[in-house]
Amino acid sequence: MTAVTATRSGERAYYGWFLFCALLALVGLWAAHQMESQGHVITGMNNQIVWGLPHVFAIFMIVSASGVLNVASVGSVFGRAVYKARAPLAGLLSLALLAGGLTVLMLDLGRPDRVIVAATVYNATSVFAWNVLLYTGLFVSVGFYLWTLMDRTMAAWTQPAGLLVFVWRFVLTTGTGLIFAFLVARQAYASAVLPPMFIAMSLAWGLAIFLLAQSALLRWKAMALHPGIHRRLKNLLGIFVFTVLYLVLAYHLTNAYFARQMPFERFVLRDGGVITALFWGGYGVLGTVLPLLLIFLPGLGTPRSVGAAALLVILGAFSLLYVFIVGGQSYPLQIFPGYVAHSTFGDGAVGEYVPSLPEWALGVGGVAVACLMTLVGVRVFNFLPRDVPEQAVESN
Amino acid sequence: MTAPAVPPRRQFLSQGAALTAALAIAPGLLLYDFARARPPGEPASSAVRWGMLIDTTQCDSGCSACVTACRKENALPEPVRLTDPQWIRKVELEQEGSGRKVSLPMMCQHCADPPCVDVCPTGASFKRADGIVLVDKHRCIGCRYCMMACPYKARSFVHEPVTDHSGATPRGQGTVESCTLCVHRVDRGEIPACVEACAREGHQAILFGNLNDPDSAISRRLRSVASTRLRADLNLDPGVAYEGI
Repeated sequence: MTAVTATRSGERAYYGWFLFCALLALVGLWAAHQMESQGHVITGMNNQIVWGLPHVFAIFMIVSASGVLNVASVGSVFGRAVYKARAPLAGLLSLALLAGGLTVLMLDLGRPDRVIVAATVYNATSVFAWNVLLYTGLFVSVGFYLWTLMDRTMAAWTQPAGLLVFVWRFVLTTGTGLIFAFLVARQAYASAVLPPMFIAMSLAWGLAIFLLAQSALLRWKAMALHPGIHRRLKNLLGIFVFTVLYLVLAYHLTNAYFARQMPFERFVLRDGGVITALFWGGYGVLGTVLPLLLIFLPGLGTPRSVGAAALLVILGAFSLLYVFIVGGQSYPLQIFPGYVAHSTFGDGAVGEYVPSLPEWALGVGGVAVACLMTLVGVRVFNFLPRDVPEQAVESN
Repeated sequence: MTAPAVPPRRQFLSQGAALTAALAIAPGLLLYDFARARPPGEPASSAVRWGMLIDTTQCDSGCSACVTACRKENALPEPVRLTDPQWIRKVELEQEGSGRKVSLPMMCQHCADPPCVDVCPTGASFKRADGIVLVDKHRCIGCRYCMMACPYKARSFVHEPVTDHSGATPRGQGTVESCTLCVHRVDRGEIPACVEACAREGHQAILFGNLNDPDSAISRRLRSVASTRLRADLNLDPGVAYEGI
């Protein structure tokens, strides 16, 4: 196997990104320190919007950590060589994204110093507690999978390890969806559609991240992607974006069928101000329609336009999660059906929430942690996807 | 001839009988049952389930004595922003169509199947044997999942450092808290501060007592009047019931 060296400009870009991410991660830590010392009063969150922007970042990364493994699964479980060549990078990205997401989630706790309590005391009925086990399990199983990929003596274990990762990530994303699906109190959640919707979202968002990371890595090493492989991956992204759209439609249409859910649907789809704008503009147009055009429109679908599509899919992901998490809490709890309620505690009123600077800093800091881990990983290990000619032919 | 003196023993017995009769009748006359003081070290018993019946027809929309009493009892700050804790709040309702107005106090409903307890990852949210739902402040990590799960918006997150520790219940920044049903008072054989304040104001809109005792005033009243459990569709069996809505 020939060693691939980075160009000088590529090296400069590498260290530039490394320093930039390190700086952002430090700013994120500073924000977490501020939130811990002064309290969450410095955030935009309150007693109605209890989960805010940090949760949008954290859940995006955790869901994507699962989806990014799809590339590895197709390689190791279904034996496709084109994808197998990408499995190490997918595994690394998964670990980095999960670590970044959990960093944000942990540092947003009211008592992050008690994280050891969360790690050692489990309430068996809590989906959160199940997820703590699922996250730990993903670290272990992906770590083991990477080991089988890097150590030739462990090669016989690659397929079983790949299968374990394949099953585990579906269970993990189901668990993430269940965090909301089990919330019977709120109009936005308590739906069996949520776990499959989260799985579909993970596939689209994970692949979008993978494509961007692969593109950056290839540019760093001054390499080009084989057109056949590019075509296959971009079509896959398009299919995943369609799948998410289908499940988002199913979620809202089933809601709209129930009279008791209609006020909530009117809020999200028509009257919700920022929430409505993010749903239609952020998720609908920028995050779904535009990427599909960039991928499938004749004359487009080039590496550049697919890169733009992947970026837009991520933008749409943040919009959709913001609508889902913040919008779902903004809509007032229906405690007194048939009555108009008001109180000093926001009963009957749409919740107000404006993310504060520390929240942005914490969320972006989490992304920076994931980027740092990836940068270190690709430097230390040989994770660059290398395609041999036969694989490129297979992909045609 | 002088009248024979009543022997002291007989006098004691008759006075004792009168006192026993008064105690037996009293719960029917009073708007609450006295809780039996529990000796320290004795665990809460499932033979008891504490609950409340709130008569909204007796609740004055201009009165917030229950809220003030709770704040004083637990040293809670005056609520100014949505980040400030409110363990009990007054909710003003207007019926759609008829325009009928209702005022009521809203607090933790002390559900028999509390979603907050189900979802808490560390078991910090728990339910005592006597039905009181509490938060273990030493175990709460401040994830706020219980707040997401509560259908009654009954819980508050402590968003700022706590400076006033004069309240009866320990409080701490970064943890979740809610109505304790004045567990410290109940364990002493007293009634919750809000119930006492409401009675003091002459409204007597809150009846507190043991739901497991069929002869308690609250059980008898629940049998005789129409009452509603909020979000009854969720089947959480709240310990708090409302009349007049």
